Parts: sequence; C-alpha cells; structure tokens
Amino acid sequence: MTVRERRARISATSHCVNYCLRIVIDLYVMFGHAYSLRWISCIMSCIALGLLSGGTLLAQTKAKAQNVPEIPFDTIPNLIKLPPGLYLGESMGVATNSKGHFFVYTRSANTRLFEFDQNGNYVREIGAGNYGFEFAHSVRVDPEDNIWVVDEGTNMVIKFNPAGRVVMVLGHRPDVIAGALSTTVGPAPLAGKYILGRPTDVAWDPQGDIFVSDGYVNNRVVKYDKNGRFITQVGSEKAGTGKTELNLPHGIAVDAKGNVYVADRSNHRLQVFDNDLAFKASYDNIGDSWTVCVSPGPHQYLFTSNSNPNGNAPGSWDITGEIYKMELDGTILGRFGHASKQAGGFQVVHMMDCRNPNEIFVAEIESWRVQKLMLKPQAAK
Amino acid sequence: MRGYMKRFLQMFPGVVLLAGMQAAAQTPEIAFDSVANLLKYPDNVTIGEVAGVATNSKGDLFVYTRTGHPTISLGTSRPFAHGGSRLYQFDKTGKFVREIGQDSYAFLVAQQVRVDPQDNIWIVDQMSSMVIKFDPAGRVQLLLGRKSESERVPSNPPPAAGRGGAPGGGGAEGPPARGGRGPAGAGAQSDLFQRPTDVAWDAAGNIYVADGYGNARVAKFDKNGKFIKSWGFRGTAQGQFNSVRGIALDAQGNVYVADAGNKRIQIVDGEGNFKSQIDNVGAPSAVCITPGSHQYLYSSNSNPAEDIDNGGEIYKVELDGRIVGKFGRAGKLPKEFGTVNAIDCRRDNELYVGEIGNWRVQKVILHPSN
Repeated sequence: MTVRERRARISATSHCVNYCLRIVIDLYVMFGHAYSLRWISCIMSCIALGLLSGGTLLAQTKAKAQNVPEIPFDTIPNLIKLPPGLYLGESMGVATNSKGHFFVYTRSANTRLFEFDQNGNYVREIGAGNYGFEFAHSVRVDPEDNIWVVDEGTNMVIKFNPAGRVVMVLGHRPDVIAGALSTTVGPAPLAGKYILGRPTDVAWDPQGDIFVSDGYVNNRVVKYDKNGRFITQVGSEKAGTGKTELNLPHGIAVDAKGNVYVADRSNHRLQVFDNDLAFKASYDNIGDSWTVCVSPGPHQYLFTSNSNPNGNAPGSWDITGEIYKMELDGTILGRFGHASKQAGGFQVVHMMDCRNPNEIFVAEIESWRVQKLMLKPQAAK
Repeated sequence: MRGYMKRFLQMFPGVVLLAGMQAAAQTPEIAFDSVANLLKYPDNVTIGEVAGVATNSKGDLFVYTRTGHPTISLGTSRPFAHGGSRLYQFDKTGKFVREIGQDSYAFLVAQQVRVDPQDNIWIVDQMSSMVIKFDPAGRVQLLLGRKSESERVPSNPPPAAGRGGAPGGGGAEGPPARGGRGPAGAGAQSDLFQRPTDVAWDAAGNIYVADGYGNARVAKFDKNGKFIKSWGFRGTAQGQFNSVRGIALDAQGNVYVADAGNKRIQIVDGEGNFKSQIDNVGAPSAVCITPGSHQYLYSSNSNPAEDIDNGGEIYKVELDGRIVGKFGRAGKLPKEFGTVNAIDCRRDNELYVGEIGNWRVQKVILHPSN
C-alpha cells in the first residue's frame, strides 16, 4: 500500500466516523438512546469502508491495453451558442435526437436541461423548475425522441415527450421530512424495486424495456418494462467484484440485440450482460469505464471513457483521460483524446453521444462545456 | 377445537389462500374510464407530485403540488426554509387559469387542498404544519397553526408512521402530552399541528383538521378558528389513531377519519365519540364523501412509493360501511394509480384523483353498475 493510499483510507474512515458521530448526536438530542444500534452499525461500516475500499476511492487506473492506435480527430469546442444571461455549469449529460438537435443536462445554480439545434444554437429550456431536477447526472434520447434525464439528487428518472412534457417518472424523490437520512454514507438500505439510490444513467432495448444504472448508493442495474414495472436486476445494494456484482455502475448502453453494457467504474472495468441481465463478458483493459455509448446502425461500435478523475494526483493526467472505440465483442479499435483543459483534450468526460460513430459529443464535468469531435479515418496499420 | 383448526390450517395452507381469494372476489370491480392528461398549462407552470386536488361549485379545479424541495438559507442565525410547493387553478376543461399564493410563507410541502361550500380554498401544508383559508378571490382569510421559525438540519424527525415505527411515537400508547409541540404522536391539546394532512367542515362551519403524520389526532376549531378540542393519540384501540391521513364529514356531522396506520376508517360524532369503523378497505390514504341525498364514501388503498405491484385500488363505500365496489390498481399507465393522495367527489361517479407517484391528476368516470 502506498503512502497516498494509506492516507486516503485513513481520511475516508475518519470522515465517515465523523459523519456517524454527527448523526448520533443529532438523533440522541432528538430521541434519546432509541437509535443506539443504528449508530454502532454506521461506525462498523465506516471501518469496513476504510479497510476494504478507502484506498481505491481516489485511485485512477492506467489502462492495461498496450499499443492502441490513435484515432485522429478535430474538435468543435465552441459549439454551443447561448443567449445572453444563460450559462452552462458542470456538463453532466449530452444526447442528440433524430433531428440532430442535442440536449445538455447541466449543474448551474439550479440543475437545468437545455436544447440546442444541430448548429449549436439555443432552442429552449425543458423542465424549468421540475420537481425532479436537483443534481444533474445524465440525459439520453430514446428512439422515439423522448428525452430522459437521470437526476442523482432526487433519485429520479424522468421521461419527457418530444414536446418537453413529463410523461413518466421512475423512482421517488425522498420525502422532505424523511429525506436527509435516506441516502447517506453508511449502511445502504436494501435496494427496493422502485426506489433508486443516486441513479446514474438510463438505456432501452429494442422492445422499449428500460435499464437504469443505480448507482452511487445501490450497485446494480435494474430492468423495467416500458410501463415502468420492475422485471429484474443484476447487482444489489452492496458493492462487489464478482461477475454479477458491480461497484459504482456509472453509465449504461444497450445494443440492437438487447445486450447491456455497464460502466463498472470503481471495478475498473466494463461489464456486459444479456437482455435478462445474466453475465456475458468483462472488458478490463480500458481503465476505469466512466461512461459508455453504443452507436446505432448495422455495424455497432462501443465507446468507453477512462476519464481523468476529480482530485487529480500529480501524474494522473499522463495516464488517463482517453476514450476507446471498440467492437461490441471487446476488440479495441483505437483511442483518442487525453486529459487536458485545452480544447481537444478532456477534463473528466462524464457522458458521450455516438449516434454517429464518427461524430462524438462529449460532456465534461470540469470544463463546463460540450465538445463535438469529428473522428478521422485511421491510418492503415 | 381451536388447536384442531390450527393444525388443519398448517396442513392445508391453501385453504386460507382460497378463503382470501374468495373474499377479494366478493368485492365487485367498477368499470371506469379516465382522462390522464387533463391539465393544460403554460411552460412556466410546473406540476410535480400532486398532493391535493379539489373542485369548486363551478367545476374549477385546484391543484396543490410539490414543485421542489424547500430551500434552506445558509449563513443565517438559524436555518430558514423557503418554497417548495405551488397552488394552481384550472377551469373545468383543465385549462390553466391562475396561480394562487405565490411565494407564500407556508407553501413548503404540499399535502392537501379542499374547497368549502362557500368556494373558499383551503390548503394543508405538511411541513409548515399550517392550514390556510383563501377566499374565492385567492386572498388569505384565516390561518391555523404556525410554521416553525427555523428548521433542524439535517431534517426533522423521521415520520412517525414510517417504516419500522419511530422514536417517541411508533405504536407507543400513552396519555396525551400537555400543550405545545410534544413528542410525535402525543396528540397534544394545542392549536399547533405536527404534519397535518387534511381539513373538513360540518354544516355549522366548524373546522376539523386531520393531524396527521406527527400527531395522531383530530383537532376541532369553530368557524372563526378558535380551538375547541382535540381527540385521539397514537395507538390501536378505538378512538386512537396511527397516522391520520384524511378526514371527511357526512351531512349528519359524523366524522370519517382515515386511520391508515391501523388500516381502518373510524367514524366518530362531532365531539369525537366513537361510533363505528370500516376495516376492509386496505390502508385508507385519501377519502372523500359525495354531497347529495345519497352519500357515498370513496377511499384509496394507496400504494407506497416503493411498491407499484400491490394495492392502489379505490373503494366506493356506503356510509354504513357496505362496500359497493372497487376500481383501479397501482401502476403508471392511465387507469392505474401512483400513491393517490387526494380524491375529489363533488359529483358522484366523476372523480378527480391526485397522484404523488405519477405527478398528475386523473379524471375518473365510473360506469353505473348494472
């Protein structure tokens, strides 16, 4: 264990214990000793957290794949033209619809959803003041051009029709009065069929079934039918490294056969499941899979980003930040990009859109922007 | 004999299942249609969880909805809470008319809206623990309860009727505390509420407040808002409540209390004396009583947010407790219900249903039985 890892473990544990103590004091002031067992289990789980995973919380992984060809590309960094008075914050999600318009789900003072046309001109805001908007995480557009957002602040997935009206919601925003204790550090509650815990992303199979990666509190993928009824899940509230376990499923995509690709971020891998969420394959040579997308069309490609982390340690930019283009079977075709704050580089890629596999939209957390990347043909080997 | 029966049932558990299915089959299904996309409103209006829906005498609709969570101000002497809910008026075709009570001091977590016989609009807010009467023009006429000056962060105590019971409340039976805001469930003899849920009136205009999640009581005020009395505290016996989720009065002044935690509707007179109870309608989470000469009670066995595969049906009941029928089930499609929190039944067989889970108002048209 390196000094840095040891420090990270100690720091994670002590932060967690501190948090428990604050809860304990609060509960004691309010109710006396009625919650004594709860805080003991809280502290126990902190110790476990420190022993098992504290060291990996801040770590970032250099991809194992060697000698991957570089894919040359151009970028359009100032793609978005915002009217005066409108700003993007952290760009968490970007997605295109069938007309080439694209949607950006962003964390500004309030979390907001904007639509732009194919030239980057501002079209409109959707869902202003929506009850489910609190802390943006993902936006995706389904084959019928419905716009879906995933909000990790309210634990909700919201489906807007193309006109921008809410037509379905999944999950339940914690009630105000119960809320602050609902999703915490500490022992996670059992993963309920219809309660999400900081969900991260959404995708659909050709039948319209809905797949939700869930998330920071739970460590699972849930499959719902198109009307929002629970069908099955893989993983659970507990993180794990087994084939059917996940550790921070952070992004999700589905191919035309209904296979499910999950960015299993803290397990440093990309997991593939079949349509019933049975294990198929694991791609562990592409670093930490932060986010994934699968292009449509007869020959589908898989893209995954080994995003450079928040809280960069010296040297981490040198080994992370690249995006991989792959065949669905896991064969790596090439890589592009690197960690940087300059245009053409990436500063924590959070989401990609690859409706056109040669035109990738990239949303970056720490550069508050959306880039459009034009991939060029690779040089022959 | 008892021992024999027990052994018999252990050997043949299917018998119990069969009996249960038979009981369920005895409740007729009422055929119905629904209009799930009733409301039409401009883009600057947002509808979140629909906690309350009510009609006035002209057929206008009032919707009290949770549009966000209250915001806490930091860098102040204490944490102060602002905003979170909005009250809208629509005409009988569902077209947006106006907003009422914009930026109100007490609109934090919408719980219910009701319209009295004079077309005054009453809202109940669960977090500010206030009941506000607006006149038909939308101006404040009367206030019951008082919003806490500041909030505890992180949040208030867990809900008294929540999962696994709660400290200070949860199933503990005991005498009411004296005055003020005692521990949850104490049923305090006070004109302050703890997470109230509903409001209703008798023919003389006396006001009855269902109070609620925190306290487990009914509070009675005269028509001018003077506190008269309250009854009930947390428990399972007659006259005790475990989460009072709704309240409605019939023309005789009997009070129907949705005692959801005890899975029953208790019927008491206007002074709180127990008369009877209805206990085969699931957990009554929203109730209403039709006007007119033959009155009916509607009661929703609302599904909790974490389960849309069970419950969710609404019962139509004679005031004597005889069940006429039931309709609907939990789900997200039209004609399915997501955690119903309000029913308006000004017109029998034409209901407006407010759903927390599906963020919508459904107009439900029941088909007369044959």
